[in-house]
Amino acid sequence: MRFLDEYRGEAAGRRYVAAIGALVTRPWRLMEVCGGQTHAIVRFGIDELLPPEITLIHGPGCPVCVTPVDQIDKALLIAARPEVIFCSFGDMLRVPGSERDLFAVKAEGGDVRIVYSPLDAVTLAEQHPEREVVFFAVGFETTAPANAAAVYEARRRGLGNFSVLVSHVLVPPAMEAILAAPDRLVDGFLAAGHVCTIMGTAEYEPLAARYRVPIVVTGFEPLDLLQGIHMCVAQLEEGRAEVENQYARSVRTSGNAPARAMIDEIFEVVPRTWRGLGAIPGSGLGLRAEYVVWDAERKFGVRDLVAAESEECRSGLVLQGRLKPPDCPVFATRCTPDTPLGATMVSAEGACAAYYRYRRMPAP
Amino acid sequence: MCLGIPGEVQSITEEGALRMGRVAFGGIVKQVCLAYVPEAETGDFVIVHAGFAISRIDGEAAARVFAYLDEIGVTQEEDAMAPTTKGPRAR
Amino acid sequence: MKPDPTLECPLPLARHTVVQLAHGGGGRLMRELVEHLFLPAFENPALAERHDSAVVTLGAERVAFTTDGYVVHPRFFPGGDIGTLAVYGTVNDLAMAGARPAYLSVGLVLEEGLAFEELRRITASMRDAAAACGVALVTGDTKVVDRGKGDGVFITTAGIGLVPPGVAIHPRRVRPGDAVLLTGDVGRHGIAVLSVREGLAFETRIESDCAPLATLVAALLDAGIDLHCLRDPTRGGLAAALNEIAVDAGVGIAITEAAVPVTDAVAGACELLGLDPLYVACEGRMIAVLPEPEVDRALELLRAHPLGRQAARIGTVGESGPGTVVLETRLGTRRLLDLLSGEQLPRIC
Repeated sequence: MRFLDEYRGEAAGRRYVAAIGALVTRPWRLMEVCGGQTHAIVRFGIDELLPPEITLIHGPGCPVCVTPVDQIDKALLIAARPEVIFCSFGDMLRVPGSERDLFAVKAEGGDVRIVYSPLDAVTLAEQHPEREVVFFAVGFETTAPANAAAVYEARRRGLGNFSVLVSHVLVPPAMEAILAAPDRLVDGFLAAGHVCTIMGTAEYEPLAARYRVPIVVTGFEPLDLLQGIHMCVAQLEEGRAEVENQYARSVRTSGNAPARAMIDEIFEVVPRTWRGLGAIPGSGLGLRAEYVVWDAERKFGVRDLVAAESEECRSGLVLQGRLKPPDCPVFATRCTPDTPLGATMVSAEGACAAYYRYRRMPAP
Repeated sequence: MCLGIPGEVQSITEEGALRMGRVAFGGIVKQVCLAYVPEAETGDFVIVHAGFAISRIDGEAAARVFAYLDEIGVTQEEDAMAPTTKGPRAR
Repeated sequence: MKPDPTLECPLPLARHTVVQLAHGGGGRLMRELVEHLFLPAFENPALAERHDSAVVTLGAERVAFTTDGYVVHPRFFPGGDIGTLAVYGTVNDLAMAGARPAYLSVGLVLEEGLAFEELRRITASMRDAAAACGVALVTGDTKVVDRGKGDGVFITTAGIGLVPPGVAIHPRRVRPGDAVLLTGDVGRHGIAVLSVREGLAFETRIESDCAPLATLVAALLDAGIDLHCLRDPTRGGLAAALNEIAVDAGVGIAITEAAVPVTDAVAGACELLGLDPLYVACEGRMIAVLPEPEVDRALELLRAHPLGRQAARIGTVGESGPGTVVLETRLGTRRLLDLLSGEQLPRIC
């Protein structure tokens, strides 16, 4: 596939690894923000190729992992209702709430359906006027324009039987929370390439300046990650702290204007609680007042639901990059993909799941 | 955030108010919403996430990932996976 | 070891009180269901072999005997339907034991309200598939359940066939140093089925690869190729089948990702949905594990057969890590190719 396969080539990968090895003179800790980047790093073994001076820390960039427990519980309540067709991206189906997941609700007779695009849920609402169609609108800024378009379309088509359960989170406030920690663990960031495709790179400038940290907007294929790491290490070696764009084939400095306009039309910035990280002000998106009719929380009266998180699960520390999954006491023992205690073990992008799937290597 | 895949725009229609297109990914074709890439035309490549194109791929920038290797002066012969010691090398 | 008569053997997944879809997904949960509930309950030597077909002795003959249930949804998909699968799937299980498939039985559970036109189409497919394999459907049963109690049609087929003298194809014959061959590209069936499901529709027609493998196996056996183990990857894809062999044979298997054939269309669909083609179902492909000296001849024979044109050597059986499968990636690094806990789901993340 064009613009994909060529970024997975072994020969160029080796050259990048050699370049990084030649460049580095002391230890650096880099955090890749996005779960898709974590997945690629572990799947292709990129961290194993890097010189030992470079430590990759996996960040909180998995919107599935950070969806708070009470949002999952709200989803479960709504999905169990007989009149509801509950639509979701596949990622969310096995994320545990307080006790169960959407798959369990499906097993008990709930009409839970996987969709590829939020527009598919809107189409379902049109096709089933007698049912209530609810879409689980999770994601970072990358998915917000798609979810926004679904609400916009529902309004345009006059669909009263469509609503969204919103659990959107924003990346920069989470990065700031990590940077502001007194014992800051991160020397440089690989920022999320698809988030920045939508939002542009401007909002990272104040972070780079205030915290003196290099931020390289990076893509998702092995060569993107290796080039991003090289650019970040180069900055660190040279004492620079700038925002650079490795993923220029998709990311423009100003981002995607029509997408941002649609986000602004439908959503507003709200406080959000991140599973494992706690409440971060100004870190989420919620429906604007004029779109409240399409808000599933209001429609189904689940706004005030509050739930507690598992005490054993240390996802929060993993998401902040303070704990590597294999160092968690319950990793691969009480907590496995079959019996996950937290979202980082369930989600395909979760650091714990990635380590479990790819890293339990037999002794040679 | 994550899964965005490059595809080639094969054809474009205005479906109601939404600009839609048929986009090819490897050997497969799917309907994709092009509302956020008004500048994309047939034959362009776009990054697609959750059924929406979020950017048009800049071919020149795409090639720079490889040109960068030449700029930083690494030749084909230097192989980091050869069985020598890892770590910084004198250059 | 006496089986527990009350079947109180607790599943390790204590949190599941009801059966989940993943228990049928070909992955870890299904394997644990079989290991912890069914095998202890029905304990006997033939079952303990855990092979796709049981090979039992009747008089002087060795007979391969197998059964499979077919619940695929949607019932009709590009390249076949539930009827085609019901015949080919069972024929293939017999072929994996080296048997010449001879007779099938058919059990139908029909839902009240199923259109006769559909039933006619499915029946015709079964007839055509049986004719293509040279097997006869010699006995059967039909039940009808209330509307809402069955997903249209459930089909169970059982099959028998003779195992030629001297043929012993079983995981316990696998040896370190054996080569691992694959007869063709992976993932077509899984994507074909997914492609007609709601909300994941593609415009391109990807056809299921469902096909009978008996003549492919016969081509190897007739040429005197020494086959150690055969397995057709179905649910859970290539990765599940390789893991089963690794566990059943007590060996480690090393696979090269770049050697596994995948068509452009399947690759594109998998990238789009975030699926790994190594875990996507096939229905007309075979893994063959055989001694290294046999590889060239075997590949030649496979590629001469219509179902084996893309046959390739994908890996080797090793000494290390018994029960595990290790993948060498395109980037030249190594990682575990583990069993998934359940079905692979399309993702956006």
